[in-house]
Amino acid sequence: MNTATVEQLMDIASKHFKVERATLTPDMDFFEKLGINSFQALGLLSEVEKNFHVEIPDYELQGVVTFAQLSDVIDSRK
Amino acid sequence: MDLSGYSSLGEMLFHALSKNTDSPALIEADRDRESAVYTYGDMRRVVSTLTHALESRVSPGGHVAILMSNQSKWLLCASAIFWRGGVLVPLDYKLTPAEQIDLLTHSEAKVLFIEFPVYFRILREKYSFPPDVRIIVTEAPSKEKIAHERFEDLLSKAEAPEVTVAKKSRDDVACIVYSSGTGGTPKGCMLTHGNYLSQAQVLGTMFPIKPEDRYFSVLPTNHAIDFMCGFLLPLQFGSAIVHQRTLRPEYLATTMKKYGISHMALVPLLLKAFERKIKSELDAQPEWKRALVNAMMKVNRVVTARRPCHAFSKRLFAPIHEAFGGKLKLLFAGGAFVDASMAEFFYSIGLPVVIGYGLTEAGTVLTVNDLRPFRSDTVGKAIEGTTVELRDLNDQRIGEVWVQGPTIMKGYFKEPQLTEDAIVHGWLKTGDLGTVESSGHVKLLGRSKNMIVTEGGKNIYPEDVEASFESLDSAAEVCVFSSSYLWRGTSLTKEKLLMVVHAKDATEQSQVIAEIKERNHRLADYKRIDAILFWNKDFPRTASMKIKRNVLAEELKMQDANSIVEV
Repeated sequence: MNTATVEQLMDIASKHFKVERATLTPDMDFFEKLGINSFQALGLLSEVEKNFHVEIPDYELQGVVTFAQLSDVIDSRK
Repeated sequence: MDLSGYSSLGEMLFHALSKNTDSPALIEADRDRESAVYTYGDMRRVVSTLTHALESRVSPGGHVAILMSNQSKWLLCASAIFWRGGVLVPLDYKLTPAEQIDLLTHSEAKVLFIEFPVYFRILREKYSFPPDVRIIVTEAPSKEKIAHERFEDLLSKAEAPEVTVAKKSRDDVACIVYSSGTGGTPKGCMLTHGNYLSQAQVLGTMFPIKPEDRYFSVLPTNHAIDFMCGFLLPLQFGSAIVHQRTLRPEYLATTMKKYGISHMALVPLLLKAFERKIKSELDAQPEWKRALVNAMMKVNRVVTARRPCHAFSKRLFAPIHEAFGGKLKLLFAGGAFVDASMAEFFYSIGLPVVIGYGLTEAGTVLTVNDLRPFRSDTVGKAIEGTTVELRDLNDQRIGEVWVQGPTIMKGYFKEPQLTEDAIVHGWLKTGDLGTVESSGHVKLLGRSKNMIVTEGGKNIYPEDVEASFESLDSAAEVCVFSSSYLWRGTSLTKEKLLMVVHAKDATEQSQVIAEIKERNHRLADYKRIDAILFWNKDFPRTASMKIKRNVLAEELKMQDANSIVEV
């Protein structure tokens, strides 16, 4: 896990879902913690693509539930 | 449309691809970009080449699996399998690699068409393909060294000679469609060419498509609805199918506009996302405008009381229709219970939602709402040729739904006992509870058996989920139910996957919760446990130690629904 990526990712998620940044941690289950469904998570993916200048297929979100896991996906696409 | 002359899907598709040579058949979009268009002529050429390639890889009647997300190549490969006379095994790309390999092995497939990301994930997680399966990988990056054949290499061969379609009869198996993952017994529903041709005949007659129509394929094509509405029917009518490799709302809207999408099948979850979008935009309008829209909705309901009138509704609600591309005429809702008020809302703005009821064991739909008039509170009437009966009626005239008709599967692959249990003298026992009105409309009230359909349209088999939670350190035994099955007052659209846990130590509930949370992370999202009900007695069991679910459920129903612990 790249700390810089996961920190930036949580910044984006906090703005996107309008939640306190301090409540987010790399290993929390964002579906559970943020009460979102898979379609809402896809909305975050678009923000991620814009900010990190990568293209992530929806498929890559399969099995991803934490910011740490998502940051690994982002790094693998850089 | 008359499909009575065809004896197989291969014949039907061959004929369909031989017409309309220059019209688009398959359009592939990705994030506002168009990545591929196949005319009917192109499609025929590619399918011929693939069929030719299959001739040396699988014998007629051999099983060929597809493991891909929605895309043109899915339909190209499926068509080639049917032309070759093979049996198609459509596997769910959303399953875990372990489940995919288990089903692939069970299916006895000799060839697998698989897209690179799915292939890569299976290998990354250290799973191996069965050695006797020939793997053909699509879209593998050229820099990747892969140990299997590349799909693109098959297409780069010289033009294939004109192929002939293998002879099959209507009674031959066309597809083996799995309705369960690993853990429980894999249930491969053997659906025949006759099953599909009968279903296509009925649905094509009820909901004809025009050549200029465009179907947007967003449900997985291994799903019965997309297989019918997003593959067989549009090609039969000479219209085009649009695929997009992302379900993100912003790209859905632009694609719908760009290609003039007229038909779409979706699960209630996506329908709800559409509803939210429309309603949030309406809420942002001044009060007088909202009142006007409400009045217009009432007018529309009056004018379309007997049947939909797309032209009228579209004129009345032009900005809303434009937001969906301006051509959208019909939405097919599938896979899960559709909230009646949501369906009413869409009908009020002139976007009818066709609600039906089907099982993997019986093709796409057994009953469907014909929209004449629209009903949001039922799953429609039995389709032509299908009979619905209720058995074991209780005093409220609620019974188990049994069905008979030309779309009922031949049986479960390699499971004669399961088949015998499910189909009795030609009647399929659905395990669903319902009522039938004098008009023939069927209302479903819940499931008497174990299958749970999630809001996302996924069928869940509790045995399957329980298998994933086997050997929990803190639990003596577990059993999975849908919360709405236990407590009827709970809306079917807000059901929870509930695990009843008989803990080894009743004082260690926190350990159970922690273990279940940890297991949840390893599972596909639709299989995750939402809540726990702690139980301090041994489960009732049969002589062969199977849990007597019905007996346990009756006891659980006496419990307070509020005593569950969310995880």
